[in-house]
Amino acid sequence: MSTKPLIAAKGLSVHYALRGSLIGPKPYVGAVENVNIEIEAGSFFGLVGESGSGKTTLGRAMLRAAPISRGDVLFDDGEVSYSLKNLGKKELKDYRKRAQLIFQDPYAALSPRMTVRDIIAEPLEVMGLTKNRAETDARVREIAAKCRLNVEHLRRFPHAFSGGQRQRISIARALVSGPKFIVADESVAALDVSIQADVLNLLKAIQQEMGLTFLFISHDLSVVAHVCDHVAVMYLGRIVETAPTRTLFSGPRHPYTKALLSAIPSLDPDDRGKAQKLEGEIPSPTNPPPGCKFQTRCPVAIDRCRVEEPVLEAAGAEHKVACHRWQELSD
Amino acid sequence: MSRLIDVENLTLQFDTDEGRITAVDNVSFSLEAGEVMGLVGESGSGKSVTAKSLMKLNPGNAVYGPDSKITLHLDDGPVDVLSLKTDREMKVVRGGAISLIFQEPMASFAPAISIGDQMVEQLLIHTNYSKPQAKEVSIEMLDRVGISDPSTRFGQYAFELSGGMRQRAMIAMALSTKPKLLIADEPTTALDVTIQAQVIDLMKDLVAEFGMGIIFITHDLGVIAQTADKVAVMYLGRLVEQGTVRDVIRRPAHPYTRGLLAALPKLDDMDAPLTPIPGDIPSPLERPSGCVYHTRCQAVIGPRCAADVPEFSNVDGDHYAACHLYDAKGDPA
Repeated sequence: MSTKPLIAAKGLSVHYALRGSLIGPKPYVGAVENVNIEIEAGSFFGLVGESGSGKTTLGRAMLRAAPISRGDVLFDDGEVSYSLKNLGKKELKDYRKRAQLIFQDPYAALSPRMTVRDIIAEPLEVMGLTKNRAETDARVREIAAKCRLNVEHLRRFPHAFSGGQRQRISIARALVSGPKFIVADESVAALDVSIQADVLNLLKAIQQEMGLTFLFISHDLSVVAHVCDHVAVMYLGRIVETAPTRTLFSGPRHPYTKALLSAIPSLDPDDRGKAQKLEGEIPSPTNPPPGCKFQTRCPVAIDRCRVEEPVLEAAGAEHKVACHRWQELSD
Repeated sequence: MSRLIDVENLTLQFDTDEGRITAVDNVSFSLEAGEVMGLVGESGSGKSVTAKSLMKLNPGNAVYGPDSKITLHLDDGPVDVLSLKTDREMKVVRGGAISLIFQEPMASFAPAISIGDQMVEQLLIHTNYSKPQAKEVSIEMLDRVGISDPSTRFGQYAFELSGGMRQRAMIAMALSTKPKLLIADEPTTALDVTIQAQVIDLMKDLVAEFGMGIIFITHDLGVIAQTADKVAVMYLGRLVEQGTVRDVIRRPAHPYTRGLLAALPKLDDMDAPLTPIPGDIPSPLERPSGCVYHTRCQAVIGPRCAADVPEFSNVDGDHYAACHLYDAKGDPA
């Protein structure tokens, strides 16, 4: 594994305009604010947070599927090097081959009117990656076999498949153009546990075999703990903590990360009611609180937190946290 | 504790264009007042359909088996739920003695009627309150489930509330008629973990306060471990294991329950490999013969599994599994 980042967000912000008055500054929602992350080539990078934390928007911005308002995303796979903010039409087309998305809902993501073969072949045809039908078929069969779909499956329509099989079709479609970078947005959230384990094992195997880099977006921390090498925790558009998976789960520093971890229902029936509970809900990004964005729910907030926004600072090797009090609270 | 509901030999089939589909197959269980039962299973296992049968809420093409019997024990005597015919008769199980909380709180409120009007409407149907009394009770319930500024929320619409708030309002509405039995169908699945923890706490407090029985339907074994007293595991319309929450989660007996637990990513052992259950849940149109789980089971002991339907056998104490592995115990067949 190299240590060079394949893709990196530099001070990335994504703003969406709101309807406002004609005069004065234009109001906007800061869905993602000043995010800096580096994803190493060949790694499985997890992004966690509650709904409304901006994790999907960040994932989309890294695919140039959401507008980049400030900052930039840099992509470098050794063959090409792109600044996503300033991509030309031709470059963007090329980038689409190199970066792909796997969706959450395998029922909504596949056209019911196309055979599985056509669904997987479509990206090849649209991008003009193959010269003739025979070449397309060969490529589709090769990728389908990797995702454990057989030739018989390719002739059928999506309705004939279960959720787990459909998700394998979505994965095959995302992989067929030979991408380097994959964003998997809640890709196992809609699946039953028995199937979820199967799809996670498949993603992991494919990642190692093809040397892919994954941005794995999930709200389920136990899933992230099992598959990811590195994790970033988001809250209201900001990264509040980032660390190698083991470090983060064994020694979380940010009060939000701690609360998220303790909110996972334990499998031990005698472990009831010990969890540290968070009050309230994530504030609306149209009206974020001043200072630290987490201060309205933070159990350890002090006056300073209500006025001054903390910045990400080093808390150990590759471990960063954005909290005024992490040092005194970790003693 | 007194017996609240008995479900005996519940079988439910649906007439469809492709033929008659068995959704629930010979399911029996009972619940005491004040008890929380977790009903666990994957999608398609028939857990929601089973719960809806208790309120006779299944659509017109549902056919109940001739031996099926559901008895609700109320203060004025037992009610035979499946023999209820008219809407008027069914009022007692629909929102009266039994309330239901759905998974998707956005879909369960009417979008163009305020939360308050919906709460008052059902109170006027099921209780003897006057309109001002119903309003007072509703606001009190909203306050009770932790909604701040309840009198303002009372006049608002579902879209003005966040997901967690909507689910709280749903719970307030379901409990305001003081039901004897609450059916919660995946009530926390659509919520974030932090909000899920709040809602679980709230439900536990309310059981303690009102002493009602709860049937908690979920696929999340962690949620079950945190809430239930006893657990029933369902697979393809059949109950495969029943027991106390400690027995079922710590010492699962049925191979399916073991498979579910092994497939779960665990936080205390991050290196443990995730073990999926091989294969997919079969289509209800092609129900396997014998034990419904034998097509995916890793502990098949012989041709019996594909031929004979296993009955419930005692594993130990109050712990039962429907599996041929346990046939020999106590009942030398």
